[in-house]
Amino acid sequence: MIGLLASILDGLLVGSVYGLAAMGITLIWGVMDVINLTHGSMIVAGMFGLYLLFNDAGVPVYATLPPVLVAGLLFGIALYGIAVHRMIGRPPLMSLLSTFSVNLVLVGLATAEWGTVLFNVPVSLPGFSLGRYTFPGTHIMAAVMTAVIAGILYAFLFHTRPGKAVRAVSGNREAAELVGIPTTRVLALAFGLGVALACVSGMLIATLFPFTVLSGDAYQLKSFVVTVLGGLGNPTGALIGGIALGLFEGLATPFMPVSWTLVFEFVLFVIVLIAFPGGLLNLRWPRRAG
Amino acid sequence: MRVGTILGRPFFWIVAAAIALFVLAPTLGNNVELRESLLLAAVYITLASNLNLMLGYAGYVNFGSIVFFGLGGYFCIYFVNSLHWGLAPAAIAGGAAVSVLALLFGLGILRLRGAYFALATIGVNEAVMAFVTNFQPWGGGTGIYLSTELFKPLGGPAAALWVIYYILVGVMGLSLYLSYFVKLSKFGLGLLAIGQNEDAAAVLGVPAPRYKALAYCVSAFLPAIAGGLYFFKGAFIQPTDAFDLQFSTEAIVIVMLGGQGTVMGPALGAYLYEQLRGWLLTSDTFANFQLVIAGVLLLVIVLFAPGGLMGWLYGRWPRLKRVLE
Amino acid sequence: MTALLEIVGLSKRFGGVAAVQELSFAVEEHEILGLIGPNGAGKSTLFNLINGVQVPDAGRVVFRGIDITGIPPYRVARAGLARTHQIVQPLAAMSVLENCIVGACFGRENLPLHRAREAAEEAAVFVGLEDRLDTPASQLTIAGKKRLELARSLAAQPTLLLLDEVLAGLNPTEVERMIEVIRRIRERGVTILIIEHLMQAIMSLSHRIVVLNIGRKLAEGPPAAVANDPAVIEAYLGDPALAAELLGAV
Repeated sequence: MIGLLASILDGLLVGSVYGLAAMGITLIWGVMDVINLTHGSMIVAGMFGLYLLFNDAGVPVYATLPPVLVAGLLFGIALYGIAVHRMIGRPPLMSLLSTFSVNLVLVGLATAEWGTVLFNVPVSLPGFSLGRYTFPGTHIMAAVMTAVIAGILYAFLFHTRPGKAVRAVSGNREAAELVGIPTTRVLALAFGLGVALACVSGMLIATLFPFTVLSGDAYQLKSFVVTVLGGLGNPTGALIGGIALGLFEGLATPFMPVSWTLVFEFVLFVIVLIAFPGGLLNLRWPRRAG
Repeated sequence: MRVGTILGRPFFWIVAAAIALFVLAPTLGNNVELRESLLLAAVYITLASNLNLMLGYAGYVNFGSIVFFGLGGYFCIYFVNSLHWGLAPAAIAGGAAVSVLALLFGLGILRLRGAYFALATIGVNEAVMAFVTNFQPWGGGTGIYLSTELFKPLGGPAAALWVIYYILVGVMGLSLYLSYFVKLSKFGLGLLAIGQNEDAAAVLGVPAPRYKALAYCVSAFLPAIAGGLYFFKGAFIQPTDAFDLQFSTEAIVIVMLGGQGTVMGPALGAYLYEQLRGWLLTSDTFANFQLVIAGVLLLVIVLFAPGGLMGWLYGRWPRLKRVLE
Repeated sequence: MTALLEIVGLSKRFGGVAAVQELSFAVEEHEILGLIGPNGAGKSTLFNLINGVQVPDAGRVVFRGIDITGIPPYRVARAGLARTHQIVQPLAAMSVLENCIVGACFGRENLPLHRAREAAEEAAVFVGLEDRLDTPASQLTIAGKKRLELARSLAAQPTLLLLDEVLAGLNPTEVERMIEVIRRIRERGVTILIIEHLMQAIMSLSHRIVVLNIGRKLAEGPPAAVANDPAVIEAYLGDPALAAELLGAV
């Protein structure tokens, strides 16, 4: 029983990182109605960011976070300009396909460069022990970092001018334009932030688990499950949804072979989508009318 | 629609000619290499044409359309191997079984719009693959091998390959005709309206949920049969091959390349793409970059020529529309 | 005689805002009923509630004696209730004729394709789009698109037509022509419920007017009575231009 509890608690810690990843998806979706299908490869990019900076450049593990975040932001802005900008206002099919195609390119290039080998970043941190059970230090640290990033994101969105502009554009793009907000720049920024969140969550996940070039798909699916649980366009919901998913994994993993967890998560995804289209939580950002 | 009108349409004869070409070209001269190349083209055309019903007509991206192909393969092989049915009934039964499953799945996931639906289709594929990998009666992770005994009713292995090829060409032809007839029907009009603006279409009376589910179901049938034939021919099926998302990804690129929503588009796109792919595989530098090239191609099309090849052709020569559809 | 459309106690909230509150009125057969009210009064929401795009929190919508509350839009269309949109929604890549064929095929008559063509062409000609039958809808002017909205709905041979600000964005000549078309539609026996901001137009077209304000019915009656109703004038005084128009309109 305590083992189950420990598993659940650990799941909550890991789940917070899933929540962070999901915030990347939900931010972009909420602001510009685009589903970023490069999300998975951006997570992997963050993973490789940690690996390369740590292994090849000797940067301390958690110090890789700022460069990964900045790199993600810049790359996201570039990605917006290349593949997304022209798709704004066009049918959603188009932006799906454009981000999908970029994802193909990225995964293809990465596979060509690194193959499908397993990568691991050995991180050791003293953990926290409760009786016979140890909560790995990396898990605790990941949750802490997630809280920090989420906090910074909130501060940005609610207490800075660019952040408020992002929220304004998310609520009503036409109105924001009328008021003089440079919407294109704001959209690019929002996209960059979404990608940065993906990269950072990837970096944190890499401190917890080994990964391959193809790991992106599984984490992308988890991000979507979380987003849908929390309600699309709702970053708080994403965080809570992530923790909920972590809870689910913590409950399920002692009883289920790993290959089935993904199937169950997918089934959960579809069920929630069909039964609760607004997400389980229904907290709201200012949404578009109608 | 009267027979006279059908026979009077150029498109009918173009497809008939293509079928004749596919049949005759490798047969005269017993050219096995050509046959294999054309077989792959036929499979791509089948997958792309049927995908076009969802993607090109109704505007719903089905990322996981390969699941129909793979499941069809599994059903067919199971019917032949364990229940000792003939190939034809097994393949058709497989097609029917997959269509029924598609209808059931479809009723669920087609309530989802745009991106959600697309993601759900990937999930369906992954879920089915995970299930089959754990399902022992279907060989689990190792898959099923067929003994050459099973080719005897078709005249032995060598002859069987030809028979299967001809049937596959037939399936390809059916796919093209299906695409065509759907487009000209009231059902097709409804799908196209949904693809333009689903909400407006609903207000106009188009029964969107029913039509989408039907399109999804119909788009599963022929690819499932093709899958049955394809995997039977290879005498081997395993989950990672049967449900390889790369195949459906390529189908998407093909539909967009050729021209989504047109009937000839997927066929043309399939042919071009297969040529490109064949060339890439022989070149040392690019063999690993297949998906990268596909991605770049798709991006360029989506950004600059969303109507694909046919879209561009129809833009230049509008009269072509009446001939080619 | 029973009304063609009855709205009974309809209510709808969005978050903290009550868009429509316990609204009740009826539309009689063969009349043109005008719906006016200041911005945000709930008029478009009402249309959404009638044709199934949104589901009311309370109340009923009864059409030809049948309760159609909350049924999906495509079934409402099949029942013979058509609707145009304030922000036009053409099926962009299709031609004018094809747009109308969709309306004819899936509307009340549920026609097969070949007969739908005739009905579609007839509807397109009726609104004056006969010279643009093959033009892709995306290439029409705003006036053309508005007419297409109308033609598409007409092609479905509806019993009741909901017009949502069909005159908005048109110049005076186009407005005149559109008003003529609307009159002729009514002459064919179609009942019309029309939302409009152009006071002169709606006052002259309508047999009766219902005034909405903050989701509630403020007044109901013939145009002259409504225009002189002090409560109505007060509601519009928040919008002086509109008030002036109102006072000068009848």
